[in-house]
Amino acid sequence: MIVLSKTLLEIKNLTTSFRIGEEYYAAVDDVSLELKENEVLAIVGESGSGKSATAFSIMGLHNRAKIEGEITFKGRDIANLPPSKINKIRGKEMSMIFQDPLTALNPLMEIGRQIGEVLLLHNSEMSKAKRREYSIELLDRVGIPRPDRVVDQFPHELSGGMRQRVVIAIAIANKPELLIADEPTTALDVTIQAQILDLIRELKDDLNSGVILITHDLGVVAEMADRVAVMYAGQIVELADVESLFVNPQHPYTKSLLSSVPATEYAQDRLHVIQGIVPSLQNLPREGCRFRSRIPWMDESVHEEDPKLHEISPGHHVRCTCYQHFYFPEESKEEQTNGVT
Amino acid sequence: MWKFIVRRLIITMPQIVVLSLFVFILASLMPGDALSGQIDPNISRDAIDEMRERLGMNDPWYIQYKDWVVGAVQGDFGDSFRFKMPVTDLIWGRIINTFWLSLVSVIFIYAIGLPLGIISGRYNDRLIDQVITGYTYLGFATPLFIFALVTLWVFGFHFGWFPTGGSVAPGLEPGSMEYILSKLHHLLLPGLSIALIGVVGTVQYLRSEIIDTKQKDFILLARAKGAPESRVYNRHIFRNSVLPIAAFFGYEITMLISGSVFVERIYSYPGMGNLFIESILLRDYSVVTALVLLFGLAAIIGALLSDIILSIVDPRIRIK
Repeated sequence: MIVLSKTLLEIKNLTTSFRIGEEYYAAVDDVSLELKENEVLAIVGESGSGKSATAFSIMGLHNRAKIEGEITFKGRDIANLPPSKINKIRGKEMSMIFQDPLTALNPLMEIGRQIGEVLLLHNSEMSKAKRREYSIELLDRVGIPRPDRVVDQFPHELSGGMRQRVVIAIAIANKPELLIADEPTTALDVTIQAQILDLIRELKDDLNSGVILITHDLGVVAEMADRVAVMYAGQIVELADVESLFVNPQHPYTKSLLSSVPATEYAQDRLHVIQGIVPSLQNLPREGCRFRSRIPWMDESVHEEDPKLHEISPGHHVRCTCYQHFYFPEESKEEQTNGVT
Repeated sequence: MWKFIVRRLIITMPQIVVLSLFVFILASLMPGDALSGQIDPNISRDAIDEMRERLGMNDPWYIQYKDWVVGAVQGDFGDSFRFKMPVTDLIWGRIINTFWLSLVSVIFIYAIGLPLGIISGRYNDRLIDQVITGYTYLGFATPLFIFALVTLWVFGFHFGWFPTGGSVAPGLEPGSMEYILSKLHHLLLPGLSIALIGVVGTVQYLRSEIIDTKQKDFILLARAKGAPESRVYNRHIFRNSVLPIAAFFGYEITMLISGSVFVERIYSYPGMGNLFIESILLRDYSVVTALVLLFGLAAIIGALLSDIILSIVDPRIRIK
């Protein structure tokens, strides 16, 4: 299914730190990723795992963050570009779909003007009439009924699903090569979610763009992604193509995530609950396996001292050695089937 | 939008009726009447009673109310006891003075408040913001009547740069250039005093709105579109932050006619605020009644204007 195609985006050792008080704390810690044309890469993780921070680093949308490492987009490093340069890329070659369509549109601007703005910003010669005409076309493209009316309406006159379509129309207006979707369906109800995902996939195929899909919904991942990066506490803990990840998950965190999703095939009394909470940015364990505090029943010796990503099969990477021994506390140690002891 | 304005206008009508009733009742509660102070002590009680009967003062309240309303609508509020002239003429002379003073202070308020608020909100928590915020706290804490006294003493008395009272230098030909300049000269110091203290609310409002709006998702989207920072501020942040200020504008217009009691008193400026205080102190009831009605009307119109302005600048307010 994955055709050998050109690398669109390559992230190398990206570290994004925020200043709290006098010190910098890394929310994204040494992340390396690659995205090809027409590929969907999903980044999965809990809130605070650094998945959105990664996306914002790519878009250069962080305010006062320290960004280290390389972000190579179409052959040039775009990390820490000055605003005038990144503004030429943002909204044109790469664009973003936001989480909450109810707040992502300017409440005082007509839909048409909001779409027109992104057209104007990257093509100052486009006339007002032309922008309006093209806005209507885009609204039609993203499946909004009666686009010629909606173009003159204000955001509050549209439903959440419609507004997300408008946000998508803005994102694809200049046919970007890279589309970052930051939890595009989280704020929508389930029936709309599927439609929006279908739309994103359709547009991706049309434009041949790469998509980074940020989500915590594993159903969305299974539906959309070609490859998946699982993030925990700012690091990638597992990176694999979507089939390997679902069929053969390795890292304890990935396994925990998968077993906390209700299965439809068989009855379950209780879902698995991951113990503890994601540590806050200041309290992140910076040494050793970061997931260790969430699996306290495991012996300390199973963790690597300085956990690295290990390639266990082509394209399948797992961090730390604890995955080899991991078992759920519900199972006894003997029943453990997966471990390579 | 027109529907909204018409609806809003209709709501205003009962407000005005209630206001007039309220003012009328307050006026009837006040001790004495037009005859108690104006009459020669040698006139007999019977004659006074007869005059009361003739003037309708023994009529039931609703007849009196009707007579009063009919008079008020025609601009007839009776005579001032003190100035011995029709209340309407008296107010007319003062309202123009107050209008100019308030206009000058409103212009100062926006000329100072908008830039300060924008800078403070945009560069929040930087040094420049801390200086501006410090000023607003100082402004909030300083009573206008103290501040006006201080400016009067410093710039009017000590340095003598500005006149210390009145609205125009005596002996000038009305309408001449000197006359207009003298008026302006008299307006500057009280106008600035009002503005420097009155502006702090505007600055604080604008600052917190800008800080609030800066973090909204649609600002992120605007940046993600590739909009340069200047455009993000001018087109998205400022326009959304200015809504409460725009709404407040209606009330500022109200101030144009009701004036500032403190500053007019301190600068012995012949305006509405001063007239109001003088009339109360001297029990000049017909003037007080007319002024209370007028101020009430101004407040109602101010609220109406605020709503209309808000409906123009914010599409979410409009009723479909």
